[in-house]
Amino acid sequence: MKRKLALFLLFSAGLTCALCCDFLRLLDPYVAQILMYIGINIIMTASLNLVNGYMGEFSVGHAAFMAVGAYTASFFSISVFTHGPAPVVFFPLSLFAGGGAAALVGLLIAIPAFKARDDYLAIITLALIMITKSVFENIPWFGGPAGYSGIQKYTSLSWVFVCAAATVVVVRNLVNSNFGRGIIAVRDDEVVANLVSVDTKRVKVLAFVISAFFAGIGGGLFAHLIQFINPRTFSIIKSTDFLLMLYLGGSGTLVGPILGAGIWTILLELLRFLGIWRFAVAPVALIMLMIYRPRGIMGGKVLN
Amino acid sequence: MVIQQALNSLQLGSIYALIALGYTMVYGVLRLINFAHGDVFMVGSYAALFLAVSLHCPLLVILPLTFIAIGLLGVVIERLAYRPLRNAPRVSAVITALAVGLFLETIMLATIGPEPKKFPALVTTTLYTFGSFTTTNLQIMIIMVSIILMIAVDLFVAKTRTGMAMRALSWDKTYAPLLGINVDRIVSVTFGMGAGLASIAGIFVGLAYPVIDPYMGIMVGWKAFVSAVIGGIGSIKGAVIGGFLLGAVEILSAAFLPSTYRDMIVFGLLLFILLFKPQGFFGLPVQKKV
Amino acid sequence: MVKNFLSAVSLLGTVAGIIVFFSCDKSDSIKIGLNAELTGSVPVVGKSCVNAAAMAVAEVNARGGIALADKTVPIKLLVEDNEDKAESAAAVAQKFVSGGVLAMIGPNASRNAVPSAVVAESNRLLMISPWATNPKLTMDKKYIFRACFTDDFQGNVVAAFIYKKLGLRRAAVLFDVTSEYNKGIATVFKESFVKTGGTVAAFESYSTGDKDFTAQLSKITAAGADVLFLPNYYNEVPLQIQQARQTGFTGSIVGSDSWGSEEILKLGKDMLNGLYFTTHYSADMATDKARKFIADYQARYGSRPDDVAALTYDSFGLLFESIQKAQSRDPEKVRAQLSSLSKFLGVTGAMEFRSGSGSPVKSAVVIQIKNNAFTYFDSINPL
Repeated sequence: MKRKLALFLLFSAGLTCALCCDFLRLLDPYVAQILMYIGINIIMTASLNLVNGYMGEFSVGHAAFMAVGAYTASFFSISVFTHGPAPVVFFPLSLFAGGGAAALVGLLIAIPAFKARDDYLAIITLALIMITKSVFENIPWFGGPAGYSGIQKYTSLSWVFVCAAATVVVVRNLVNSNFGRGIIAVRDDEVVANLVSVDTKRVKVLAFVISAFFAGIGGGLFAHLIQFINPRTFSIIKSTDFLLMLYLGGSGTLVGPILGAGIWTILLELLRFLGIWRFAVAPVALIMLMIYRPRGIMGGKVLN
Repeated sequence: MVIQQALNSLQLGSIYALIALGYTMVYGVLRLINFAHGDVFMVGSYAALFLAVSLHCPLLVILPLTFIAIGLLGVVIERLAYRPLRNAPRVSAVITALAVGLFLETIMLATIGPEPKKFPALVTTTLYTFGSFTTTNLQIMIIMVSIILMIAVDLFVAKTRTGMAMRALSWDKTYAPLLGINVDRIVSVTFGMGAGLASIAGIFVGLAYPVIDPYMGIMVGWKAFVSAVIGGIGSIKGAVIGGFLLGAVEILSAAFLPSTYRDMIVFGLLLFILLFKPQGFFGLPVQKKV
Repeated sequence: MVKNFLSAVSLLGTVAGIIVFFSCDKSDSIKIGLNAELTGSVPVVGKSCVNAAAMAVAEVNARGGIALADKTVPIKLLVEDNEDKAESAAAVAQKFVSGGVLAMIGPNASRNAVPSAVVAESNRLLMISPWATNPKLTMDKKYIFRACFTDDFQGNVVAAFIYKKLGLRRAAVLFDVTSEYNKGIATVFKESFVKTGGTVAAFESYSTGDKDFTAQLSKITAAGADVLFLPNYYNEVPLQIQQARQTGFTGSIVGSDSWGSEEILKLGKDMLNGLYFTTHYSADMATDKARKFIADYQARYGSRPDDVAALTYDSFGLLFESIQKAQSRDPEKVRAQLSSLSKFLGVTGAMEFRSGSGSPVKSAVVIQIKNNAFTYFDSINPL
C-alpha cells in the first residue's frame, strides 16, 4: 500500500514537472529535446524488454513496429484529423492508432515466432524490418523514399512522460501477473512450459502484440518530435540501438531499460565533443561492460 | 540477356558466398552470429587498398597478404572481445559483436575519413562479347577464384584434422575438449579463416565496384548473413548455395522490377523459404532435449 | 525498487543539468547555423561548404563584423553535421530553431534540404541552401531560399544541350529514385527531351547505396541509346560509367551539377575523359570577384574551390547583404530584403530574386572533362 502511494506521488510529481517545463518553458529547448528522446527510448526499450528480456526471445524487429506506429500516427494527425478537434484530443488518438497498427504487425510476427526461436527469430524479424522499410519506400501516399513531412510538433515532455510511465507500469503489472509467469516460463524452458499447461501460443502472441503496441506509440511520439520521417530512419541500425540500450541496462529487469536508455542517450550526447570518436569510445565502453557485467548494469538482481 | 544476368548473379553471389562462409563457420563452432563480420569485410577492402596504393603490391601479392592480415584481425577480435564471453549469456556476445562492428566502422571513418576512395584497377579489364552478352576477365576471375576457395574450404573442413575438430566442436561443444581438442585454438583458426575469406570478398568488391567507403560492410554483412541462414547456418555447402541464390534473386529482381522492390523480394523470399525449410536448405534439424 | 528508480532519475537529472549549463551561450554576436553533410556519402560537399562558410565569416569578422546602425556585430558560425541523413538534417534544423540563429545555411543535397526546409518554414527560420536544386525546396515557402538555379531550369538545359549541341536523339537515363534531386531532374529532363523531339529509350532507376547497376545498364545498352544521362552524385557516377562500358555501352554520357566536385576526377580518372555536365560555375571563366575568391580559397585551404564552395560563399554574401540592407537583426526584415534582392553579383555570377520566389534567376555553364580537369565549354542564360 505504501509502495503504491509512493509510486503515485512520484508519478504526479513527474507529471507536474513535465507540465511546468512545457507550459512555462523552463528548460532550454535542446535539453527538453534530449529528455524527450530519453523518454521515447525508454518506451522502446521497456517494450522490447517484454519480448527480448522476459520472454527470452531475440527479436531485432523493434524498429519496424516503431515505423508502423510513426507513419500511422502521422497519417492520422495530418490527414484524418485535419479539421478535427483540438490537438490535445486527437494527438493521443493518433498515437493510439499508431500503437494499434503496430500491434497488428506484432500479431503477424507472433505466428512465425511459434516455431522459430533465437537465431531464426532474429532472421524473421530482420526480414520484417527490411520488408517494412521496402513497403514504406514504395507507397506513394506516405512520401515514398523522400519521406513524410509536414508533421506538427505535438510531442511534449508531458506526453512523453505519460506514455513512458504507462509503458513501464503496464510491463511491470504484466510481468508480475500469472500471465507474466507464463512469459518467464517460456523463456526458461518452452517445452516444459507447454507440459505444465502454459498456453505458450497465447503468451507469445500477447507479448508480441503488447510490445509492438507500445513501440508503435513510441514511434508516433518520435515522428511528432522530429517532424519528418523517412524509411531509412527505421533501419536495422535503429533496432540495434534499442538492443544495445536494453542489454546495457540489463534485460529482464524493470529498471534496466530505463537506465540503459537514459545512459546510452546521454552518453552519446555528452561525447559529442569527441566528434566521430564517440562512436568508438561508446562501443568499447559497452564491450568492457559486457565482459565484466555480462548481464548488464541491473542484470543479475531480481527486482520487482 | 539471360546469360548476361546469370553471369552478373554469379559474380555477386560469389561475393556473398565468401562472406557467408565466415558467418557459417563461426556459428557452427561457437553458435555466435558474428555481426561484426560485415565490417571485417570492409576493413579487408581498405587493407588491400593500402597495399595497392602505398606499397604498390601486385594483385597476386595482395590476395594472400590481405588474407593473412585480416585473418589475424579476426583472431585478435575473438581473443579480446568474444573469448571472455564464451560462457556468458549468448545475448552479451551478440551485443559485443554489434559493438565491435560499430567500433571498426568508426576507426576507419576517423582515420581514413568518410570520403569514398577509389580502389585501383589492379586488373586491366578486357571485354569479351559473345553475341548477346558481354563479360570481362575480371568477372570470370572473381567467379573462378571464389569457387576454388569454396572447394578448398570444404576440403579443409572435411579432410584435415583441424577441419574435423571444427566439425566436432560444432556438433557438441561440451564433449569436444574431452577428446583432446584444443577449443581455443580451433576457435581462433575458425575466426581467422572466416575473416580471411571475407577480406578476399572485400578485394573482389573493390575490383568490381571500385568505390569503397566505411559503411559498405553493413548491408553486405546482413545480406551475407541471410545467405548463410537460407543455406542452413552451420553448413558450408549451405553458405555457398545461399550466397549464389541471394545474388541471383537480387540481380534478377533489379532486372525485371523497379529497384525499390528488391529488398522486399529478397526478404520475402527468405521468409518463404524459412516457412517450408525452417533450418534452411542444408541445416541440421534442431533437436530439443527435454 | 523505488530507491533504484529514484537514483536512476537523479542521475539522469544531474547529467541533464550539466548539459543545460554547458549549452548556454551569452555573447552578443549574430549566430548563423551551417547544416552540412560532413559525414555520409558525399562528405566532400560538406567539407567545401564548411570551408567556404568559415572563410566568408572570417572575412566579415576581420572588419569587426556587420555594421548595423550604431555598432559592428561579429558573426558566430555554428556548424552541425547532418550526416547526409534526411532525419538528421531535419533534427539539426530544429536545433538551430531552438538555438536562436538568425539564419541557417544548408543543407546541400536536396534529399536533406527539402525536409529541413519544411521544419524551417514551419518555425519561420530563414534558410538558404547553397546547392540544392530541387524545385520542391522553395515551392510555396516564404522563408526558404537558395543560391543556385533549380532543376526545372537545369533539366531543360541538359535536354537542349544534348539535342542541339551534341545532336543526339536517343537518350537513356539511370537515376536514383530514392533521392529527391536525382529523381526530380531525371523527370524534368525526360519531359523536356521528349518535347524537344528526342526519344527516351530507357528510364532506369536504382536506390541510394546500390553498387551494382549491371542489370539496369544491360537494359539500357540493349535499348540502343546513343547518350546516357547520369544525374547522380560523384561517389556513384564512376561505378555507373565503368559498368556501362562493361555492358558494352559506347555512347556519350552526360551529367548534371552533382558531378561538380573534383573528387569525381579522383574516383573516375580516365573514363570521364570527354564527358560533359551542367553546373553552376567554372573556375576558368571567372570574373574579378570570382578570381579573388578562388585565389583566397586556394591560399587558405590549398585546393581549388568547387561549385559547392562558391555557392556557399555566395549564400553568405546574399545573407550579409540582406542584413546590411535591412540594418537589423530581425529575421523578418532580413527575409524581406532577401526576397527582393536584385542584381547581386556573386562568385557564381549575377543573380536576382523575383516575384517573391526563393529561387534566383541565373545562368548555367556546361563543363567538359578533358585530361582529368574541368574545362569550360558553354554558358546558357535564362530566358
